[in-house]
Amino acid sequence: MKSDVLIAPDHLEKSSRAALREQIRGAAEVVVIPALALVAALALFGVFVALFGKNPLDLYFYMYQGAFGTWFSWQNTLTRAAPLILTALCTALPAQLGMVIIGGEGALLMGALAATSAALALPGAPPLAVQVAMACAGMIAGGLWIALSGALRQYRGVNETISSLLLVYIALALLNHLVEGPMRDPTSLNKPSTSEIGAANLIGTIPGTDVHWGFAFGIIAAVLSYVLIYHTVFGFAARVAGGNLRAAKVVGLSVSRLILIICFLAGAAAGLAGMVEVAAVQGRTNANLAAGYGFTGILVAFLARQNPLAVIPVAILLGGIGASGGLLQRRLGLPDASVLVLQGMIFIAVLASDSLYGRLPFFARKGGA
Amino acid sequence: MTFDPLSRRRLLQGTAALTVATAVPLRAAFAKETTIGFIYVGSRDDYGYNQAHAQGAAALKKLPDIKVVEEEKVPETDAVEKTMESMINLDGATLLFPTSFGYYNPHMIKIANKYPKLRFEHCGGLWTDKDPKNAGSYFGYIDEAQYVSGVVAGHSTKSGKLGFVAAKPIPQVLRNINAFTMGAKLANPKATLQVIFTGDWSMPVKEAEATNSLIDQGVDVVTCHVDGPKTVVENAARRGAMVCGYHVNQATLAPQAYLTGAEWNWEVLYPRFVKMFTAGETIPNFYRGGLKEALVKVSPYGSMVSEAARKQAEDVKAKLTDGSYVIFRGPLVDNKGKTVIASGVNRGQTDPELEKMDYLVDGVIGATS
Repeated sequence: MKSDVLIAPDHLEKSSRAALREQIRGAAEVVVIPALALVAALALFGVFVALFGKNPLDLYFYMYQGAFGTWFSWQNTLTRAAPLILTALCTALPAQLGMVIIGGEGALLMGALAATSAALALPGAPPLAVQVAMACAGMIAGGLWIALSGALRQYRGVNETISSLLLVYIALALLNHLVEGPMRDPTSLNKPSTSEIGAANLIGTIPGTDVHWGFAFGIIAAVLSYVLIYHTVFGFAARVAGGNLRAAKVVGLSVSRLILIICFLAGAAAGLAGMVEVAAVQGRTNANLAAGYGFTGILVAFLARQNPLAVIPVAILLGGIGASGGLLQRRLGLPDASVLVLQGMIFIAVLASDSLYGRLPFFARKGGA
Repeated sequence: MTFDPLSRRRLLQGTAALTVATAVPLRAAFAKETTIGFIYVGSRDDYGYNQAHAQGAAALKKLPDIKVVEEEKVPETDAVEKTMESMINLDGATLLFPTSFGYYNPHMIKIANKYPKLRFEHCGGLWTDKDPKNAGSYFGYIDEAQYVSGVVAGHSTKSGKLGFVAAKPIPQVLRNINAFTMGAKLANPKATLQVIFTGDWSMPVKEAEATNSLIDQGVDVVTCHVDGPKTVVENAARRGAMVCGYHVNQATLAPQAYLTGAEWNWEVLYPRFVKMFTAGETIPNFYRGGLKEALVKVSPYGSMVSEAARKQAEDVKAKLTDGSYVIFRGPLVDNKGKTVIASGVNRGQTDPELEKMDYLVDGVIGATS
C-alpha cells in the first residue's frame, strides 16, 4: 500500500505534465493554422492587386492604416465588429449541436422590430426601463425566430439551414410591410420608417470612445457563450448531442430541449444586435437595418471554427477589413468588390487549412496520444 | 498580422506619414487644395443614380486645386458615419457629399454636429431650421424632365400603353410617375400607364420580370425609377419595346430603342457649389431647381423620335425652362376618381404639398399600396 502511494503522485505528475503539453500544443495549433491561412490569403490578395497594377506593399500599408493605424481607425474597426460578434454567435451556438443556422439576419430584423415596438409602447418611461425593455423584447423576438427553425427541424424534419434562410426573407417582408404600413411615421416621406424611439432612449457610446455599447454586449455574450458551452453540464450535453445524436439519446439527454434552448440563445444574440442597431445607430426601424450583418456573421462564425471566444478576434479582423476597404477605394482606386474578393480568399484559405490539423510536423502528436 | 522585413520598413515610413496626416486639418487651413468626399450607396458605374453623382464628381476633378475622394457601396448604417469621418480624419476632406437619401438622418446630421467647421451637402433630404447650419440638402425637380420624356413617349407609343417599373410608392417616385403620365397624355389623351412596384431600389431580377410582364401586356414604351435602370433598358430593348431612361443617359445600352430620358445634371451643380465653397460664400442650406436652374436635363432624342414629338417636347421644355408652365395644376383627378388638386389651384414646383404626394393620377393603372 505504501509503495502505491509513493508511486502514484509521480505517475500522475508525469501524465498531467504530458497532458498540459498536449493541451498547449493543441491550443497553439488552433492559433497558428488560421494565422497561416490568413497570411496566405493576404499574400494571394497581394498578387491579385498586383495584377491590377497596384503595389501590394501599398495595399498592406493602407489596410493596416485604415483598420488599426490610428485611434480613429481602431474605433472604426470596433464599431463595425460590434454587430458581427452577436450575429456570429447565432451561427456558432447551434453549430455545437451540429446544426447549420444561417438566418441571423432574420433574427436581427425581428429583434430590431420588437425593440422598436417596445420603446414606442413605453412613451415617457425612464430611459433605463425603456432600454431594458428593448433589449428583452429584441432578444425574445430574435430567440423565438431561430427557435422556430430549431423546432421545425426537431418536430417536422425540416432542414434548419434552409428554414432559417427562408425566415430571413419572411422577416424582411414583415419589416417592410410594418414600416411602410401600420408602423409608419407619416412624416417619413421618402424613407418609410417607424417613429423615432427618442434621443433619451439611445444607448450611446462606451465612455472615451466612439464605439457603441453593442461592442461590450458582444464581448459579454461571447464570453458567456464560451462558458456555457465549455464549462457547464448543459454545454457538455450540447456537445455530446452535436458529436453523436444517437449516443446522446441513449444516455438520456433531452435533445429537443437542447435544440430549442440553444437555438433560442443563438437567435437572442442576433436579436440583441438588432436592438443595438436601433438603440445605438438608427434610432428607429426602417429598411436600412437589413445591412447584411447577419450574413457576415455566418462568415465570422465559420472563420472562428464555431468557437464563441474566437468569434471576437475574427469579428474585429473582419471589422478591420471593412474599415480599411474604404481607404483602399480612395487611395488605390480599387472597386468596393475587391474587399469581397479578400473576404472570399480568407474564407477559402481558412476552410482549406482545416485539412492541416494534425499534419504539420511541429504539431504532430507523439506516441499516438 | 505578419509582415516581411520589406513591408515592415514600409510600415515605418507609413507611421511617419501618419504623423503628418494627423496634422492635416491644421494644414488644410493653409493649403490651396480642397479635398471633397463623395459617398455612394451603390456602384458608381450603375448606369443610374450613383453614376449620375459620380459624373458630377468627375466634373470637379477637372477643376484646379480640387481633390476628390470617393467611396462606393456604403450602406445606410453607421458605416457611412465612419466613412465620412475616415475621409475627414485620414484624407482631410472639408466638404462632403453623402449622396444617398438614407444617409441624411441620423447619420449625416450626427457627423455635421460633430464637425461644425466642415460642410455637408446631401442629395434629396429636406433640410429644416432644426438641422445643423453646416449641413444642406439639394435636389432637382426631375419631374420636369419626366414630363418632357412623357410627351415623347406619348407620341411614340403605338399601342397607347406605357409601362413604368418603380421601386417604392414614395412621394419622389409617385411624382415622377405622375409627371411622365401627364406628359404622355398631353401628346396622346388616350394613353395609359401601367406601373409595377418592385419594393426596393436595386432588385435586378424583379425589374427584369416587371419589364417582361409589362411588355407581355402590350406595353411598347417602358421607363423606370430604380437605382440602376440598366436591367429595365436592356430587357425592354431586347423585347422590341422602346425605352425612356432615368438618372443618366442610357442610350449606349440600347441605341435603337432609347427615345429620350430624364437625367440629373450634377455636372453643373457640383462645380457651382464648390466655387461658392472655395470662395468662402455660404451654400444655401436648402437648394432646389429644375430645368431652369439646369439641375436636370432631357437626354438627346433618339433617331426614331418623330418630328411632331420633338416639336411638342421642345415647346414644353422651353415653357418649363422659362418657368411659365405648371405641371401639377387643378383640376387634377387621381386614378380613383378623387380630385387631388382643385380647379384653379396651381401647385408650382416649390409647393411643399408636392413633397407629400401619395396618389397616382388618372391614366395610371396601379395602386400605391
